[in-house]
Amino acid sequence: MVWRQAKWNEPLIFELNNSGATRQGLLINKDDDIRSEIKEMKIPKNLLRENGPNLPSLSELEVVRHFIRLSQMNFGVDVGIMPLGSCTMKYNPKIEEKATAITESHHPLEDEDHVQGILEMIYELQNWFSEITGMDECSLQVPAGSAGEFAGVLMIKKYHEDHNRNYKDTMLVADTAHGTNPASAAMAGYKVMYVKSNGEGLVDMDILREIVNDKTAGFMLTNPNTLGLFEENILEISKIIHSANAILYYDGANLNGVLGIARPGDMGFDIVHLNLHKTFAVPHGGGGPGAGAICAKGELVNYLPYPMVEKVNGKYRLSKIPKNSVGKIATFYGNVGNLARSFAYLLGLGPQGVQMVGKMSTLATNYLIAKLRDVKELELIAPNRHRKHEVVFSVKQLLENYGVSANDVAKALLDSGFYAPTIYFPPIIEEALMIEPTETESKETLDMFAEALKNIVEDAKRNPEQLLKSPSNTSIARLDQAYANHPSTITPTYRVLRLRKMGKINYLK
Amino acid sequence: MYKHPWLPNLDLIDEMLKEIGVNSLDELFNDIPAEIKINRLLNVAKGKPLSEYEIEKEINEKVKKNVELEAPPFIGAGICPHYIPNVVKFIIGRSEFYTSYTPYQPEISQGLLQALFEYQSLMAELLDMDVVNASMYDWGSALAEAVLMANRINGKKTVLVPENANPFHKEVLRTWIQGKGIKIEEVKYDKNYGELDLEDLEKKSNIDDISAIYIQQPNFFGIFESNIEHVIDVAKHKRALSIVGVNPLSLGLIKPPGSYEADIVVGDGQELGLPLNFGGPLMGVFAVRWDMSLVRQMPGRIVGITKDINGKMGFTLILQTREQFIKREKATSNITTNEALLAIANAVYLSLLGKEGMRELAEEIYFRSHYAAKKLTEIDNVSMQFRSDFFEEFAIRFPIDYDKISNKLKERKLQGGLKLSDYTSLFCVTEVHDKKSIDLLVSTIQEVINGVETS
Repeated sequence: MVWRQAKWNEPLIFELNNSGATRQGLLINKDDDIRSEIKEMKIPKNLLRENGPNLPSLSELEVVRHFIRLSQMNFGVDVGIMPLGSCTMKYNPKIEEKATAITESHHPLEDEDHVQGILEMIYELQNWFSEITGMDECSLQVPAGSAGEFAGVLMIKKYHEDHNRNYKDTMLVADTAHGTNPASAAMAGYKVMYVKSNGEGLVDMDILREIVNDKTAGFMLTNPNTLGLFEENILEISKIIHSANAILYYDGANLNGVLGIARPGDMGFDIVHLNLHKTFAVPHGGGGPGAGAICAKGELVNYLPYPMVEKVNGKYRLSKIPKNSVGKIATFYGNVGNLARSFAYLLGLGPQGVQMVGKMSTLATNYLIAKLRDVKELELIAPNRHRKHEVVFSVKQLLENYGVSANDVAKALLDSGFYAPTIYFPPIIEEALMIEPTETESKETLDMFAEALKNIVEDAKRNPEQLLKSPSNTSIARLDQAYANHPSTITPTYRVLRLRKMGKINYLK
Repeated sequence: MYKHPWLPNLDLIDEMLKEIGVNSLDELFNDIPAEIKINRLLNVAKGKPLSEYEIEKEINEKVKKNVELEAPPFIGAGICPHYIPNVVKFIIGRSEFYTSYTPYQPEISQGLLQALFEYQSLMAELLDMDVVNASMYDWGSALAEAVLMANRINGKKTVLVPENANPFHKEVLRTWIQGKGIKIEEVKYDKNYGELDLEDLEKKSNIDDISAIYIQQPNFFGIFESNIEHVIDVAKHKRALSIVGVNPLSLGLIKPPGSYEADIVVGDGQELGLPLNFGGPLMGVFAVRWDMSLVRQMPGRIVGITKDINGKMGFTLILQTREQFIKREKATSNITTNEALLAIANAVYLSLLGKEGMRELAEEIYFRSHYAAKKLTEIDNVSMQFRSDFFEEFAIRFPIDYDKISNKLKERKLQGGLKLSDYTSLFCVTEVHDKKSIDLLVSTIQEVINGVETS
């Protein structure tokens, strides 16, 4: 059974209506009584828009069909497995949608007495995430994991400044780290220094000892790391970092594989961010919205972003401002609508379920590895070690011997009815395929996926030319990335397309 | 045996372990030092897994602890209550969009990519700008990214920000720029008219380190800045970037920022089809002019047109070499998870309303907010705080302490405006406030004022 994606030749929404008819209207009534009292507009003439915006004029059905057709040309977890490593695309239980009723119609500046249900939910989540991470306190003010990470790095910066350690100007980042780590550190004004991995895919302890010094502000690490390996020297790493008065920062993107089994706080980490859309099952929505949490222990809790919820005389208040807070990361609270989804998810898991997420996702990953262990073209670093949430294979041999790259394998998987793994990441592995099956995929799906990957490797050896032409079962064939990005053809909006056709726009320079 | 509907392999653990060649689940965690293994259940949730039925009950308990208001809240300050067409919810609820990820594999994600391209394109028409990203967290963080971007482009360290710009956005801005040593210089506003004080702008713009000048249209008090084009000219003259913050709904009526050549535009798509969500998720708007120095420094994801190997038109993420997963510490932003689904919501909303609908809606909001302001100021000693014309939001001055009014409104399950000072409050009135609810607000306030005056 090979799944087929819809192939609509769906025009751009601007090109849907060619008859010139104006089909839409206001979706609410005009209030005539109000109009009779306020007869005219007093907007200064120089501000008035002469011609309305160039938006399409469509009936409701035309709009619905257009976007439904587009949805049919898209792949999500509800369609099939999305084994994107480090992205944790797990199933999003449908009950989570009910939970949005808690927050949906409420304004963030409403009187606190009117939103006790929302505040109680946030308060409970603050405590649950503290327990899960082994930290003292959590702030849910951040709208995504990377925003939490940015808050965390700012906390490190302010903390050192308050202790007269302005000379600490360097942030250490593992060479297997997500790109957000160095990007966040740079946004906070730090120099970034990479810590190399050893031949076993773990932080090289000798190098670490050598480069940690007075200038080290902190070390950003994820554990398990992006190779799916648990940094077993973590307690030693913690000792080295702390002996330099530096902060050990935990990137929570990979928490799923050890959830309920080991806590960053117990490993010696001082600050932790969580990606609720990963570990706590908020849908990714094509890239977002997600939600985040930033947690800290000891003195660092004083630096968390505000506001946090506290309980005062039996009532919940959004009044907690940590005394050295780095400030606010988002305009109001954070992505509270998504906090509600994680809230429902955690209620359903309970303590037992939380632990089983870690165990079952680790089981799934190692089962998949076992199913593929005979395929010698799928190479592993440290092949005898168990993985946690994910595994990274190298298909270097396929490229060298048959001209088939990781990208080609990915495109071929799309033709088999699966989404592809993350490719070319982490950069320390050549021709990397990074697979994260998660605890929510059944054994049968894992078997099918392993089979598909095996077949592709066989095909690569037998008939590599065919693979280079994939995908063909998707709504469009392989796309040209150079054309998309070239200064003479780059087209980021319909307006640019229009002007380009009229010859009114130049090279982007 | 423990079973759970979300965990399909609980019955197959032994079989799967056998394939792996280990005897127990614990063996898979042998590399974790014993002293950091928890070996207990965490104290989370309700102490046991809840059934779906029980989860629903828990949620209902929380909903009941909130107060259901008699009328939509009369408070804005950056996000406002609006009517959301059912089509919007329906489309973004489609599983294929809703449960998808960032389209790293474009061939299998054409639907999402085209929808995001259409969001960029529809927003570009509304703003009259050339390049729009999809998308940022909210207005505040979009503003912060714009200021960081200006600093990357010209290396200068001072940003002029009006006192009458949204203070919540300014709080976010302050947080985000602290690592880069960028300074904020506030420009005063005219206390009678509510508009930016041009003399003070002139004075402040003489600082020689101006990286960018920000202006909000309409401003935090809902007031139209009638000299906005002059502000853009000042920025040009000082070789600073101009950043304009807009309420996209107002653009059904007033001139778009592209028409007066703003460099960067920021705003929030919340007013285009998104619920209040207690302040999040929101949807940050970010647009720039057709200029490589601007486009190359933009944060966030951008979708562009391309073709496939057969020459057929398709869509893919473009300019990814700006992004963190490629450029790492040299990236233009650390943003990864963003608000893509809400960009689709905005696209659906703009498509449904179209050119005419956007104008009609903006007019309706104008009339209703002016009606509310008129009725409130018919109460004795109640007056407008500012004289210039406004859209959607307006500041009112009362003869008594606003807390007294606020408390009575609360008793009646109404949410009044944002308190600006002891005697002033900022109200928000949109298409969801009908005459009856506005009249209820006005009569309740009248009652408090009369009561205080006679007692």
